[in-house]
Amino acid sequence: MPGQKFGPAWFPGLVAIGLALCGVALVFSAARERAAWAEVPAWIRSHRARAGVAALLGGLLAYVLLVDRAGFHFTGIALLALWVRVLGASWRVTLPVAIVATLVIHLAFYKLLRVPLPWGVLERWAF
Amino acid sequence: MGVLSATVLAQAFALVFDPYVLWVILASAVFGLFVGAVPGLTATMATALLVPVTFFMPPVPAIASIVTATAMAIFAGDIPSCLLRMPGTPASAAYTDEAYAMTKKGQGELALGSGLWFSILGGLFGTAVLITAAPTLAEIALKFSSFEYFWLVLLGLASAVFLALGNPLKGLVSLLLGLLVASVGLDNPAGFPRFTFGNAELAGGLTLIPIMIGMFAVSEILRGATRIEQPWEMAQARIGNVLHGMWTLTKRYPWQLLRGSVLGTAIGALPGAGADIAAWMSYAVSKRFSKEPQKFGTGHVEGIIEAGASNNSALAGAWIPALVFGIPGDSITAIVIGVLYIKGLNPGPTIFMNNAPSVYAIFLVFILANLLMLPLGIAAIRAAKQMLRAPREILLPVILLFCVVGAFAINNSAFGVLLMLAFGVVGYLMEENGFPIAPAILGMVLGAMLEENFISSMIKADGRVLAFFERPIAGSLGVLTLAVLAVPLIYSLRRSRYWRRG
Repeated sequence: MPGQKFGPAWFPGLVAIGLALCGVALVFSAARERAAWAEVPAWIRSHRARAGVAALLGGLLAYVLLVDRAGFHFTGIALLALWVRVLGASWRVTLPVAIVATLVIHLAFYKLLRVPLPWGVLERWAF
Repeated sequence: MGVLSATVLAQAFALVFDPYVLWVILASAVFGLFVGAVPGLTATMATALLVPVTFFMPPVPAIASIVTATAMAIFAGDIPSCLLRMPGTPASAAYTDEAYAMTKKGQGELALGSGLWFSILGGLFGTAVLITAAPTLAEIALKFSSFEYFWLVLLGLASAVFLALGNPLKGLVSLLLGLLVASVGLDNPAGFPRFTFGNAELAGGLTLIPIMIGMFAVSEILRGATRIEQPWEMAQARIGNVLHGMWTLTKRYPWQLLRGSVLGTAIGALPGAGADIAAWMSYAVSKRFSKEPQKFGTGHVEGIIEAGASNNSALAGAWIPALVFGIPGDSITAIVIGVLYIKGLNPGPTIFMNNAPSVYAIFLVFILANLLMLPLGIAAIRAAKQMLRAPREILLPVILLFCVVGAFAINNSAFGVLLMLAFGVVGYLMEENGFPIAPAILGMVLGAMLEENFISSMIKADGRVLAFFERPIAGSLGVLTLAVLAVPLIYSLRRSRYWRRG
């Protein structure tokens, strides 16, 4: 920027130099210890844990994409059902938990604490 | 300035002893006890989850809920240490094996009791220091210019890196990543859009609350999912009157109690290091100076007393720099500072002039929360077995939906949820690979402050670096910072030479 000695690039520039130096140092210290390039964590062998992590991450991404259209209530119930089921509960437990927990969050956050929730398609019937 | 007048105190009492506020305190106490007692849910996570809840509350109940929940959670972390050999929060990890060994010896009641009793005493000590030190420091801080603030922030960041457990190099990487996140957006001294890629969501900078919910809560939930198949096995313990024998222990180990509280408060007040590091250090100190160090690790109560007092006192200590300078003392206050700004209680030395009643109300809440810990803590110990039986396959999803609602509510946009998800994954990967999270959070919170004070000091000094040392307090802070930076460097250089020779 003209007329300014210490412009907006100064600070990120210093951070970048620092990160580059640290990166080199980390590579060197790992090479000295002959560390492996990458290790597969033990939980990857458990089917339930793998499915659980995938469902949590995929579900969150789906929430981001869908919530503005579908609204909190449908997405919330669907995601809770998916998560609780995949992590190991039976359907008899899963469905009531998903519905009741979503309703409780609606009451606690939307009604009691007045935190905004996206209504989506239910906008017309928002209460 | 911050002279405590009778009117201010009366106003503070009126703010706290209001039925609504008292209900909030009670509810957050129960919440904090539960979160603390369940392994995998931490006190920092409790704070992150409380932020959206406090969004539409008046300032005093909002802050009171966080103070109460965290104090309870740090104590309650001791409960599963005794019963499951798993720390409920990282702050109990230092003496988990010791506490479990006591339970195995049939002294579970004594271990749980000293966890509770010395948590309360330590918490009250830290609170007393907070109440006396904060206004005094504020008086001095009124005269600070950008030079002093620059060094203070840098000192905080440096101690966060070097006090973190494990590899300081990884701590430094974590800090730099945090500073990088802080430099996104228009909010810099030049007002120039950085790293925005023309995106309107990025121009305002990255909102910290969704990031913190991601790093502290989502990452823990992911970890919980990876461990879903590991069973929790509860040790049998007969629990009667947990306060039995506490007075004898207090008379027998007064120095341990005092030393733990003092060290805990100090570590808490140092930026970046909180209750977990305080407990590790106090446990080590206790063993070092004990008359019977050979008993440590076999189920000996001495270390539990010292470290248990230490982690609860650290909690209050962390509020000293947070209130006076706006520099968080631990990860919890890193979140709290954001809440203080939202509530119009801007931290800084003037907080004691502009918001004296609210600040003293917060102090009162600290005292109240520690006193309330006695009856509620006893109840929590009684209910421990039920709490620890909560099914994780239901708990984890419901908490995650909580997080989603919170991350969405901050800006009323799904972008917050995306941020939370991204930083949840980053936080999980960092911790799994030995990179501490606290320095990153501190970098995000303090990045803007560091840059602003650096640039304005440089402009004032016209680029002369020596100007940073010319004012007396700035000069001493500068030397201290450089010393903190130099010591581990020299140490690691000497160690690497030693390695090469060996």
